[in-house]
Amino acid sequence: MIGVGRSKQNLNVVDRPLGKGKTEVSLSAFAFLFSELVQYNQTRVDNIAELERRLEDAGYAVGIRMLELLCHREKGNRRETRLLNILSFVHSTVWKSLFGKVADSLEKGTEHEDEYMISEKELLVNRYISVPKDMGAFNCGAFVAGVVKGVLDGAGFPARVTAHFVAVEGQPRPRTTILIKFSEEVLQREARLG
Amino acid sequence: MASTACFVIVSRNDCPIYESEVGTAPKKDEAAHLHQFILHASLDIVQDVVWTTNAMYLKLVDKFNDLLVSVYVTADTHTRLMLLHDSRNEDGIKNFFQEVHELYIKMLLNPLYVPGSRITSPFFDTRVRTLARKYL
Repeated sequence: MIGVGRSKQNLNVVDRPLGKGKTEVSLSAFAFLFSELVQYNQTRVDNIAELERRLEDAGYAVGIRMLELLCHREKGNRRETRLLNILSFVHSTVWKSLFGKVADSLEKGTEHEDEYMISEKELLVNRYISVPKDMGAFNCGAFVAGVVKGVLDGAGFPARVTAHFVAVEGQPRPRTTILIKFSEEVLQREARLG
Repeated sequence: MASTACFVIVSRNDCPIYESEVGTAPKKDEAAHLHQFILHASLDIVQDVVWTTNAMYLKLVDKFNDLLVSVYVTADTHTRLMLLHDSRNEDGIKNFFQEVHELYIKMLLNPLYVPGSRITSPFFDTRVRTLARKYL
Protein backbone atom coordinates (compact mmCIF):
# COMPACT_ATOMS: atom_id res chain seq x y z
CA MET A 1 0.00 0.00 0.00
CA ILE A 2 2.78 2.41 -0.90
CA GLY A 3 1.69 6.00 -1.42
CA VAL A 4 -1.86 5.42 -0.29
CA GLY A 5 -3.08 7.89 2.31
CA ARG A 6 -4.27 6.52 5.62
CA SER A 7 -7.84 7.59 5.18
CA LYS A 8 -8.10 5.83 1.80
CA GLN A 9 -6.43 2.73 3.14
CA ASN A 10 -9.19 2.34 5.68
CA LEU A 11 -11.98 2.60 3.13
CA ASN A 12 -13.31 -0.70 1.89
CA VAL A 13 -13.91 -1.16 -1.85
CA VAL A 14 -17.67 -0.89 -1.30
CA ASP A 15 -17.23 2.60 0.16
CA ARG A 16 -15.15 4.00 -2.69
CA PRO A 17 -16.77 5.49 -5.80
CA LEU A 18 -16.53 3.49 -9.03
CA GLY A 19 -14.75 6.23 -10.99
CA LYS A 20 -15.47 7.57 -14.45
CA GLY A 21 -12.70 5.65 -16.20
CA LYS A 22 -11.29 8.70 -17.95
CA THR A 23 -7.77 8.32 -16.63
CA GLU A 24 -5.08 6.91 -18.91
CA VAL A 25 -2.09 4.78 -18.04
CA SER A 26 1.41 5.37 -19.34
CA LEU A 27 2.17 3.13 -22.33
CA SER A 28 5.67 2.32 -21.08
CA ALA A 29 4.31 1.24 -17.71
CA PHE A 30 1.78 -0.99 -19.42
CA ALA A 31 4.37 -2.41 -21.84
CA PHE A 32 6.64 -3.21 -18.89
CA LEU A 33 3.86 -4.89 -16.93
CA PHE A 34 2.74 -6.87 -19.96
CA SER A 35 6.26 -8.00 -20.76
CA GLU A 36 6.60 -9.19 -17.15
CA LEU A 37 3.31 -11.08 -17.49
CA VAL A 38 4.54 -12.85 -20.62
CA GLN A 39 7.92 -13.66 -19.09
CA TYR A 40 6.38 -14.90 -15.86
CA ASN A 41 4.14 -17.29 -17.75
CA GLN A 42 6.88 -18.33 -20.14
CA THR A 43 8.95 -19.79 -17.30
CA ARG A 44 6.00 -21.91 -16.19
CA VAL A 45 5.06 -23.68 -19.41
CA ASP A 46 6.47 -26.41 -21.64
CA ASN A 47 4.99 -25.38 -24.96
CA ILE A 48 3.58 -22.46 -26.91
CA ALA A 49 -0.03 -23.61 -26.75
CA GLU A 50 0.13 -23.67 -22.98
CA LEU A 51 1.63 -20.17 -22.92
CA GLU A 52 -1.14 -18.86 -25.15
CA ARG A 53 -3.73 -20.48 -22.93
CA ARG A 54 -2.26 -18.83 -19.84
CA LEU A 55 -2.28 -15.39 -21.48
CA GLU A 56 -5.83 -16.03 -22.61
CA ASP A 57 -6.86 -16.88 -19.05
CA ALA A 58 -5.32 -13.64 -17.80
CA GLY A 59 -7.27 -11.75 -20.46
CA TYR A 60 -10.48 -13.61 -19.70
CA ALA A 61 -10.47 -12.28 -16.13
CA VAL A 62 -10.15 -8.76 -17.55
CA GLY A 63 -12.90 -9.31 -20.12
CA ILE A 64 -15.49 -10.58 -17.70
CA ARG A 65 -14.95 -7.50 -15.52
CA MET A 66 -14.90 -5.05 -18.44
CA LEU A 67 -18.29 -6.31 -19.61
CA GLU A 68 -19.93 -5.68 -16.26
CA LEU A 69 -18.22 -2.34 -15.73
CA LEU A 70 -18.76 -0.91 -19.21
CA CYS A 71 -22.41 -1.93 -19.42
CA HIS A 72 -22.92 -0.06 -16.18
CA ARG A 73 -20.79 2.95 -17.07
CA GLU A 74 -21.39 3.47 -20.79
CA LYS A 75 -24.63 1.70 -21.61
CA GLY A 76 -26.75 2.86 -18.67
CA ASN A 77 -27.43 -0.67 -17.48
CA ARG A 78 -28.67 -2.19 -20.75
CA ARG A 79 -27.63 -5.70 -21.59
CA GLU A 80 -26.73 -6.92 -25.06
CA THR A 81 -28.84 -9.83 -26.21
CA ARG A 82 -28.11 -9.88 -29.94
CA LEU A 83 -25.00 -11.20 -31.65
CA LEU A 84 -24.22 -8.17 -33.79
CA ASN A 85 -24.81 -5.79 -30.91
CA ILE A 86 -22.41 -7.59 -28.61
CA LEU A 87 -19.80 -7.70 -31.39
CA SER A 88 -20.05 -3.99 -32.00
CA PHE A 89 -19.90 -3.48 -28.24
CA VAL A 90 -16.56 -5.31 -28.23
CA HIS A 91 -15.34 -3.55 -31.37
CA SER A 92 -16.14 -0.05 -30.20
CA THR A 93 -16.93 0.30 -26.49
CA VAL A 94 -14.50 -2.25 -25.11
CA TRP A 95 -11.72 -1.33 -27.54
CA LYS A 96 -12.11 2.37 -26.85
CA SER A 97 -11.93 1.85 -23.14
CA LEU A 98 -8.92 -0.46 -23.28
CA PHE A 99 -6.91 0.96 -26.17
CA GLY A 100 -8.27 4.50 -26.59
CA LYS A 101 -9.62 3.84 -30.11
CA VAL A 102 -12.13 1.62 -31.87
CA ALA A 103 -10.75 -1.50 -33.54
CA ASP A 104 -9.64 -1.12 -37.18
CA SER A 105 -12.21 -3.51 -38.57
CA LEU A 106 -14.91 -6.00 -37.71
CA GLU A 107 -15.75 -8.52 -40.43
CA LYS A 108 -17.79 -11.62 -40.87
CA GLY A 109 -15.89 -14.72 -41.92
CA THR A 110 -16.42 -15.63 -45.56
CA GLU A 111 -16.18 -19.38 -45.22
CA HIS A 112 -18.16 -20.03 -42.08
CA GLU A 113 -21.37 -18.52 -40.80
CA ASP A 114 -20.25 -18.61 -37.18
CA GLU A 115 -16.92 -16.79 -37.59
CA TYR A 116 -16.18 -13.13 -37.10
CA MET A 117 -12.88 -11.27 -37.17
CA ILE A 118 -11.66 -8.16 -35.45
CA SER A 119 -8.47 -6.84 -37.05
CA GLU A 120 -6.00 -4.35 -35.75
CA LYS A 121 -3.03 -3.00 -37.72
CA GLU A 122 -0.94 -2.45 -34.64
CA LEU A 123 -2.37 -4.15 -31.58
CA LEU A 124 -1.31 -2.29 -28.45
CA VAL A 125 0.01 -5.37 -26.66
CA ASN A 126 2.11 -6.32 -29.68
CA ARG A 127 3.68 -2.90 -30.21
CA TYR A 128 6.98 -3.69 -28.49
CA ILE A 129 6.98 -7.40 -29.11
CA SER A 130 8.74 -9.36 -31.80
CA VAL A 131 8.33 -13.09 -31.71
CA PRO A 132 11.51 -15.19 -32.17
CA LYS A 133 11.45 -17.63 -35.10
CA ASP A 134 11.59 -20.72 -32.90
CA MET A 135 8.29 -19.77 -31.26
CA GLY A 136 6.40 -20.28 -34.48
CA ALA A 137 2.95 -18.73 -34.74
CA PHE A 138 2.87 -17.56 -31.13
CA ASN A 139 0.99 -14.27 -30.76
CA CYS A 140 0.80 -12.22 -27.57
CA GLY A 141 -2.56 -11.05 -28.85
CA ALA A 142 -3.77 -14.21 -27.08
CA PHE A 143 -4.23 -11.89 -24.11
CA VAL A 144 -6.61 -9.68 -26.10
CA ALA A 145 -8.33 -12.78 -27.48
CA GLY A 146 -8.90 -13.75 -23.85
CA VAL A 147 -10.42 -10.34 -23.11
CA VAL A 148 -12.82 -10.75 -26.05
CA LYS A 149 -13.66 -14.27 -24.93
CA GLY A 150 -14.34 -13.03 -21.40
CA VAL A 151 -16.74 -10.35 -22.62
CA LEU A 152 -18.59 -12.71 -24.98
CA ASP A 153 -18.74 -15.58 -22.56
CA GLY A 154 -20.00 -13.35 -19.77
CA ALA A 155 -22.73 -11.91 -21.96
CA GLY A 156 -23.90 -15.44 -22.79
CA PHE A 157 -22.23 -15.86 -26.19
CA PRO A 158 -19.66 -18.61 -25.62
CA ALA A 159 -17.06 -18.64 -28.38
CA ARG A 160 -13.59 -19.86 -29.22
CA VAL A 161 -11.36 -16.84 -29.68
CA THR A 162 -7.84 -16.93 -31.09
CA ALA A 163 -5.27 -14.36 -32.20
CA HIS A 164 -3.34 -14.66 -35.47
CA PHE A 165 -0.75 -12.68 -37.38
CA VAL A 166 -1.76 -11.86 -40.93
CA ALA A 167 0.88 -10.47 -43.29
CA VAL A 168 -0.09 -7.25 -45.06
CA GLU A 169 1.40 -6.31 -48.40
CA GLY A 170 3.73 -3.33 -48.27
CA GLN A 171 3.83 -3.34 -44.48
CA PRO A 172 6.88 -4.51 -42.51
CA ARG A 173 4.70 -5.69 -39.62
CA PRO A 174 1.82 -8.12 -39.89
CA ARG A 175 -1.57 -7.13 -38.53
CA THR A 176 -3.26 -9.08 -35.77
CA THR A 177 -6.61 -10.68 -36.38
CA ILE A 178 -8.78 -11.87 -33.52
CA LEU A 179 -10.84 -14.76 -34.82
CA ILE A 180 -14.13 -15.42 -33.05
CA LYS A 181 -15.93 -18.70 -33.59
CA PHE A 182 -19.27 -18.86 -31.81
CA SER A 183 -20.69 -22.03 -30.32
CA GLU A 184 -23.59 -23.67 -32.04
CA GLU A 185 -26.06 -22.80 -29.30
CA VAL A 186 -25.43 -19.08 -29.85
CA LEU A 187 -26.41 -19.27 -33.52
CA GLN A 188 -29.44 -21.38 -32.74
CA ARG A 189 -30.64 -18.84 -30.22
CA GLU A 190 -29.92 -16.02 -32.66
CA ALA A 191 -32.05 -17.75 -35.29
CA ARG A 192 -34.86 -18.26 -32.79
CA LEU A 193 -34.84 -14.58 -31.78
CA GLY A 194 -35.23 -13.76 -35.46
CA MET B 1 -46.07 -4.78 9.44
CA ALA B 2 -43.53 -7.58 9.39
CA SER B 3 -42.36 -8.40 5.91
CA THR B 4 -40.53 -11.29 4.37
CA ALA B 5 -37.61 -10.63 2.07
CA CYS B 6 -34.89 -12.98 1.00
CA PHE B 7 -32.11 -11.74 -1.25
CA VAL B 8 -29.80 -14.06 -3.18
CA ILE B 9 -27.13 -13.52 -5.82
CA VAL B 10 -26.89 -16.51 -8.14
CA SER B 11 -23.86 -16.99 -10.36
CA ARG B 12 -22.69 -19.41 -13.03
CA ASN B 13 -24.17 -22.92 -12.91
CA ASP B 14 -27.00 -21.64 -10.68
CA CYS B 15 -24.63 -21.47 -7.76
CA PRO B 16 -25.59 -18.98 -5.00
CA ILE B 17 -22.72 -16.65 -4.11
CA TYR B 18 -24.48 -14.45 -1.58
CA GLU B 19 -27.60 -14.94 0.54
CA SER B 20 -29.31 -12.87 3.17
CA GLU B 21 -32.68 -12.70 4.87
CA VAL B 22 -33.43 -9.00 4.83
CA GLY B 23 -37.06 -9.03 5.94
CA THR B 24 -38.36 -7.88 9.31
CA ALA B 25 -40.44 -11.00 9.99
CA PRO B 26 -39.15 -13.22 12.82
CA LYS B 27 -36.95 -15.99 11.44
CA LYS B 28 -38.37 -19.45 11.09
CA ASP B 29 -36.16 -22.43 10.43
CA GLU B 30 -38.16 -24.01 7.66
CA ALA B 31 -38.74 -20.65 5.95
CA ALA B 32 -35.14 -20.36 4.78
CA HIS B 33 -35.41 -23.67 2.96
CA LEU B 34 -38.74 -22.74 1.45
CA HIS B 35 -37.31 -19.44 0.18
CA GLN B 36 -34.38 -21.19 -1.45
CA PHE B 37 -36.71 -23.67 -3.01
CA ILE B 38 -38.97 -21.02 -4.56
CA LEU B 39 -36.03 -19.00 -5.84
CA HIS B 40 -34.43 -22.07 -7.35
CA ALA B 41 -37.67 -22.99 -9.09
CA SER B 42 -37.93 -19.57 -10.71
CA LEU B 43 -34.47 -19.83 -12.28
CA ASP B 44 -35.95 -21.66 -15.27
CA ILE B 45 -38.35 -18.82 -15.96
CA VAL B 46 -35.51 -16.33 -15.67
CA GLN B 47 -33.58 -18.25 -18.28
CA ASP B 48 -36.44 -17.82 -20.76
CA VAL B 49 -37.17 -14.20 -19.99
CA VAL B 50 -33.56 -13.08 -20.04
CA TRP B 51 -33.26 -13.16 -23.85
CA THR B 52 -36.53 -11.36 -24.56
CA THR B 53 -35.44 -7.96 -23.26
CA ASN B 54 -32.25 -6.01 -22.87
CA ALA B 55 -33.28 -4.37 -19.65
CA MET B 56 -31.49 -5.65 -16.60
CA TYR B 57 -34.48 -5.41 -14.28
CA LEU B 58 -36.87 -8.22 -15.23
CA LYS B 59 -39.53 -7.17 -12.69
CA LEU B 60 -41.79 -9.89 -11.27
CA VAL B 61 -41.02 -13.25 -12.82
CA ASP B 62 -42.74 -15.72 -10.52
CA LYS B 63 -44.98 -16.10 -7.52
CA PHE B 64 -45.72 -18.73 -4.92
CA ASN B 65 -48.85 -18.15 -2.81
CA ASP B 66 -48.29 -14.63 -1.48
CA LEU B 67 -44.54 -14.67 -2.07
CA LEU B 68 -43.24 -12.84 -5.15
CA VAL B 69 -39.95 -13.21 -7.00
CA SER B 70 -38.29 -10.21 -8.63
CA VAL B 71 -35.12 -10.62 -10.63
CA TYR B 72 -32.36 -8.39 -11.95
CA VAL B 73 -29.84 -9.78 -14.43
CA THR B 74 -26.49 -8.03 -14.75
CA ALA B 75 -24.52 -7.56 -17.98
CA ASP B 76 -22.91 -10.91 -17.30
CA THR B 77 -26.08 -12.92 -17.91
CA HIS B 78 -24.89 -15.60 -15.52
CA THR B 79 -25.19 -13.28 -12.54
CA ARG B 80 -28.73 -12.89 -11.30
CA LEU B 81 -29.84 -10.83 -8.33
CA MET B 82 -33.03 -12.38 -6.96
CA LEU B 83 -35.38 -11.06 -4.35
CA LEU B 84 -38.22 -12.95 -2.73
CA HIS B 85 -40.68 -10.54 -1.18
CA ASP B 86 -44.30 -10.22 -0.10
CA SER B 87 -44.91 -6.51 -0.61
CA ARG B 88 -45.47 -4.83 -3.96
CA ASN B 89 -43.02 -1.97 -4.22
CA GLU B 90 -41.57 -1.96 -7.71
CA ASP B 91 -39.66 1.31 -7.57
CA GLY B 92 -38.06 0.46 -4.25
CA ILE B 93 -36.98 -2.94 -5.50
CA LYS B 94 -35.58 -1.46 -8.69
CA ASN B 95 -33.50 1.04 -6.75
CA PHE B 96 -32.38 -1.68 -4.37
CA PHE B 97 -31.22 -3.86 -7.26
CA GLN B 98 -29.42 -1.02 -8.99
CA GLU B 99 -27.48 -0.09 -5.89
CA VAL B 100 -26.59 -3.68 -5.08
CA HIS B 101 -25.48 -4.11 -8.70
CA GLU B 102 -23.05 -1.24 -8.25
CA LEU B 103 -21.77 -2.83 -5.04
CA TYR B 104 -21.36 -6.12 -6.89
CA ILE B 105 -19.31 -4.42 -9.63
CA LYS B 106 -17.03 -2.97 -6.97
CA MET B 107 -16.54 -6.44 -5.51
CA LEU B 108 -15.94 -7.90 -8.96
CA LEU B 109 -13.28 -5.34 -9.85
CA ASN B 110 -11.19 -6.55 -6.93
CA PRO B 111 -8.49 -8.62 -8.67
CA LEU B 112 -8.36 -10.96 -5.70
CA TYR B 113 -12.03 -11.85 -6.05
CA VAL B 114 -12.55 -14.85 -8.33
CA PRO B 115 -15.71 -14.27 -10.43
CA GLY B 116 -18.38 -16.77 -9.46
CA SER B 117 -17.01 -17.44 -5.99
CA ARG B 118 -18.81 -16.69 -2.71
CA ILE B 119 -18.93 -13.08 -1.58
CA THR B 120 -17.81 -13.23 2.02
CA SER B 121 -16.99 -9.56 2.62
CA PRO B 122 -18.75 -8.32 5.80
CA PHE B 123 -18.67 -4.79 4.32
CA PHE B 124 -20.72 -5.96 1.36
CA ASP B 125 -23.17 -7.70 3.68
CA THR B 126 -23.59 -4.60 5.85
CA ARG B 127 -24.18 -2.39 2.82
CA VAL B 128 -26.77 -4.76 1.34
CA ARG B 129 -28.68 -4.83 4.65
CA THR B 130 -28.57 -1.03 4.86
CA LEU B 131 -29.95 -0.77 1.31
CA ALA B 132 -32.67 -3.28 2.12
CA ARG B 133 -33.78 -1.22 5.12
CA LYS B 134 -33.75 1.92 2.97
CA TYR B 135 -35.68 0.65 -0.05
CA LEU B 136 -37.69 -2.43 0.86
